[in-house]
Amino acid sequence: MDHGKLDLTDVVYDQLLPGARNWSFILRRGFALRLTDTRGGGNCSTLFFNAQEKLERYNMADTLKAQHTAYLTKGHVCYSDMGRILVSIPEDTCGWHDPIGGVSNAAAVRERFGEKRYQEARNAFYRDGRGLFLIEMGKWGLGRRDLVPNINFFSKVAVTEGGEMTYVSDNSPAGSYVDLRAELDTLVVLNTCPHPLDPATEWNPKPIGLTIFRTPPAAEDDVCRISCPENGRGFENTAIYHCQY
Amino acid sequence: MSTLNTTSPLDPADAIYDYTIPAGEPWLHEIKQGQTLRILDLEGNQAVDTLFYNAHDPAERYSAQDTIQAQGSIYLTAGSKLLSTAGNLMLTITADTCGRHDTLGGACAAESNQVRYALEKRPMHNCRDNYLLALAESDYDMGKRDLTSNINFFMNVPVTPDGQLTFEDGISEAGKYVEMRAEMDVIVLVSNCPQLNNPCNAYNPTPARMLVWEASGEALTIA
Repeated sequence: MDHGKLDLTDVVYDQLLPGARNWSFILRRGFALRLTDTRGGGNCSTLFFNAQEKLERYNMADTLKAQHTAYLTKGHVCYSDMGRILVSIPEDTCGWHDPIGGVSNAAAVRERFGEKRYQEARNAFYRDGRGLFLIEMGKWGLGRRDLVPNINFFSKVAVTEGGEMTYVSDNSPAGSYVDLRAELDTLVVLNTCPHPLDPATEWNPKPIGLTIFRTPPAAEDDVCRISCPENGRGFENTAIYHCQY
Repeated sequence: MSTLNTTSPLDPADAIYDYTIPAGEPWLHEIKQGQTLRILDLEGNQAVDTLFYNAHDPAERYSAQDTIQAQGSIYLTAGSKLLSTAGNLMLTITADTCGRHDTLGGACAAESNQVRYALEKRPMHNCRDNYLLALAESDYDMGKRDLTSNINFFMNVPVTPDGQLTFEDGISEAGKYVEMRAEMDVIVLVSNCPQLNNPCNAYNPTPARMLVWEASGEALTIA
């Protein structure tokens, strides 16, 4: 995957986040965040907020209906509730990221994996996606009122004609990556807890690589801009916000 | 999915509350634990965009993702349990003569209309304007921060196995209804959808009737 190689001089941050851990960062315009599923089978639950005005945030419904999709991949964008693009997806080797499955909570983790408390297990204790979102969001003054539907990168939930949701294992081979390019200065809040619909009963959360790199703005023929007329208007709206229209 | 068609024994004459929301208007109301709310599609194919909050702790609210994750299906019908962001049971759908309600399409907004249809569509009336005004005029200390993914009762938003999502003609008709029992005291925030740009209201927004019954004393059973 030669096209996946980044020029090291463009890379400003490169870390491996262990499984079932939380992280947040303000991804500024001119930069992209590459998530890498280093081992395969990982999950990265993610929310986006406008860093300047955190009342503006990722909106699942607006993202899905604008692009007539129930999954995310290269060429898609993540819309805020204000008709603007927070991040776009110019590159993706995985092919399907889940925007509908949500996160686990403490009760669900206890039920599936049993109980492992800090008192006995120290830092190997079991975490849950909801809890880690609340911890990381709390660092930015955000809380339960800001807990909106999230994206699960590297996970796939297919829906049958009748509406049944099926978790698809082996969606993401080792080394899969997806690039998230900031179109607004975006607060990224994420955690690496297992997907709530992953049927595995053994606790084995996977690490996710986090690489931030400099990147030029979306060109006129950028795959995200031209993938549908809606996204053309989304980029236009975002440019208006930046007084660049 | 076998489309359930579950009728209710409740008689509108016994309802303690009966109000018809005009087309395109909001509705904000509290339903007590044990009470039953019926939403009646008076003229057919009318999307009723609905949010629920724990009346004693509105930071706990209906969660689309927790609800569909727990039931393993993206559509709501009789038997569906509406869960909160804390994983608690808020309401149970006890009757449904429509058979399928949407959890993914969300509410229309001036800004989403701009993206979906044209930048010039911004002045059109929309659901999120309804939500914002209803909350701003209320005694609740709530606002935009409290708007999350809503249920669209009577709305048809199919997802295909290859992941396409579309807004289709409704499957509801005049007289179809959905009924739900509150399992906790809830605030109900509704926008009787004014969208004119897609088939969610058959391009003709119409009134919706809201009825509430007291707790019956015995649990309703689902056929």
